[in-house]
Amino acid sequence: MEKFTTLTGVAAPLPLVNVDTDMIVPGPFLKTIERTGLGKIIFYNMRFNEDGSEKPDFVLNQDAYRNAQLLITGDNFGCGSSREHAPWGLADFGIRCIIGPAFADIFFNNCFKNSILPIVLPQETVDQLAGDAEQGANATLTVDLEAQTITRPNGDVINFDVDEFRKYCLLNGLDDIGLTLQKDEKIAAYEKTRAAERSWLPTTS
Amino acid sequence: MAGKTLYDKIWDAHVVDETSDGSTLIFIDLHLTHEVTSPQAFEGLRVAGRKVRRPDLTLAVADHSIPTTDRHAPVEDEQAALQLDTLAKNVEEFGIEYYDGLDIRQGIVHVVGPDQGLTQPGMTIVCGDSHTATHGAFGALAHGIGTSEVEHVLATQTLIQKKSKNMKVDVSGALGPGITGKDVALAVIGKIGTAGGTGYVIEYTGDAIRSLSMEGRMSLCNMTIEAGARAGLIAPDQTTFDYIQGKPQAPKGAAWEAAVAQWKMYETDEDAVFDKVVELDAAEITPLLTWGTSPEDVVSIDGEVPFPKDARDEHKAAAIERSLDYMGLESGTKMKDIKIDVAFIGSCTNSRIEDLRAAAYIAKGRQVADHVTALVVPGSGLVKEQAEAEGLDKIFTDAGFEWREAGCSMCLAMNPDKLLPGQRCASTSNRNFEGRQGKGGRTHLMSPSMAAAAAIAGHFIDFRDLQ
Repeated sequence: MEKFTTLTGVAAPLPLVNVDTDMIVPGPFLKTIERTGLGKIIFYNMRFNEDGSEKPDFVLNQDAYRNAQLLITGDNFGCGSSREHAPWGLADFGIRCIIGPAFADIFFNNCFKNSILPIVLPQETVDQLAGDAEQGANATLTVDLEAQTITRPNGDVINFDVDEFRKYCLLNGLDDIGLTLQKDEKIAAYEKTRAAERSWLPTTS
Repeated sequence: MAGKTLYDKIWDAHVVDETSDGSTLIFIDLHLTHEVTSPQAFEGLRVAGRKVRRPDLTLAVADHSIPTTDRHAPVEDEQAALQLDTLAKNVEEFGIEYYDGLDIRQGIVHVVGPDQGLTQPGMTIVCGDSHTATHGAFGALAHGIGTSEVEHVLATQTLIQKKSKNMKVDVSGALGPGITGKDVALAVIGKIGTAGGTGYVIEYTGDAIRSLSMEGRMSLCNMTIEAGARAGLIAPDQTTFDYIQGKPQAPKGAAWEAAVAQWKMYETDEDAVFDKVVELDAAEITPLLTWGTSPEDVVSIDGEVPFPKDARDEHKAAAIERSLDYMGLESGTKMKDIKIDVAFIGSCTNSRIEDLRAAAYIAKGRQVADHVTALVVPGSGLVKEQAEAEGLDKIFTDAGFEWREAGCSMCLAMNPDKLLPGQRCASTSNRNFEGRQGKGGRTHLMSPSMAAAAAIAGHFIDFRDLQ
């Protein structure tokens, strides 16, 4: 996984509530067997007309935000389906950090697996950052994961919380499967007890 | 020390390792996989040279993109065909049991687990699908995961988790006749909102929950994810045990007795403390449906489309404006005056035998309205077989419903079953998001009785008015 240390970039405002993962990657695009290439179809139905032309009103179609690396979002972003295609698409587009008042649980987890940092802040703070984002390409935000700070265009610094283990994985670009495999003996010990104490547990084959 | 909740007990029984920051390694008893969220995970294993640790605890089913028409015909959509083919190759390479489209056991993954008796109380169950919450109906801790976590479970049979908080949703009293688990689910989401459960595992309690069949409990737990919670749970009882007994993978003989004895301990202690408690009165739950594009946009069949000015805040008011526009509705319109084009009875929420019986009861001797296309998609081959043995297929086809092969179908527009732009659908599925059932499609969520009644009447109607 790509490391996440600091990020300075343009933030796109997307202040809708309950943006679901079907909006981010609609069902018909889930038929891919790859992780890559979804950046060009994220927010497809909001972003493109029937004939495939761009809807000029949609934020990511505006010149200032075509290279946005941050999203400032509304409440409950990423709700619905567990499809990791949503963070894959966002990452493929270039989004590395999403800031909102709350995220849906599975989407939030999925972001960390793809080197995207989701940050939860109070609505008033998110509204301030959305205001910054409205200024377009001239106003960039800087996120420092180690220091857990966001620096606004006016120099103000906002602190944020992040889970310790996830921060460690992001900063070091760690694959957590590798970390878990180091605990093989503990897993094997659990399996042994499980088989002895609950021998009726079902198997699939 | 306070007692433990059901969630606490299942969690504690599955801890493999704990670290000081609260990250916990949890063992997974059953891993369900399907064609859509697994290809990248298997590819990840291949690239890293890793194996599937416990193929014997892993099951693969084709459900999302598989067509629900003739199973012997080739899959026309090339991408879907490739995805199905990829799953078939992966299960072969990694040695995983697979129910393909020609297997009678095939179906929606969350119908198949319970069908086979693989879903049992006290287990941990995951799948790369958010509606894994369904299995909580058996008192199993079950939730959806992303594809990276699918890969993690394949490789290690564990997940790295942080424990959620405990929420109790108590539904007291008796449900009215014909009021189902689906109505309870919509009532709960309407009350707490789609983010109301974020950070929690919900345990459903109360007389109304105890009175639900396993099918009703599965509908309710299924939609717990629509309330934002990690998982939903219902403590197992005799209804649960009766449902499991005799299923292919259920314990037998002495093992059955031992299992039931332990399953009975999976209940919340009387002195356990919940972080949050929500209470509903069953008597107040009417037949419900959604009007908008969020599952929290719930309204009674006697109600009307809401006004933005009545929203709780400006953000929600803006969301209502957007939904009205997308749904092609005007505030103040009576729900019963809204016409439909399509009725869909199916999905992991409502495609089990009891759901089909309820819909058939409404359809019997009646005709689908001329302007409505209606389809019934059983949740699994076994559900289909049972329905046909009971003559339900005949009732549906005589009434003008299409009778299909098992799969996710029109719930998420991944196979050829989808809405056209502007079409309005009475759907027993779980999500009314923009474009969920097809680009520009308009989804209204409701119970099987309500969807069948809407198909007959051609507009939304209280199913009790048809009887």
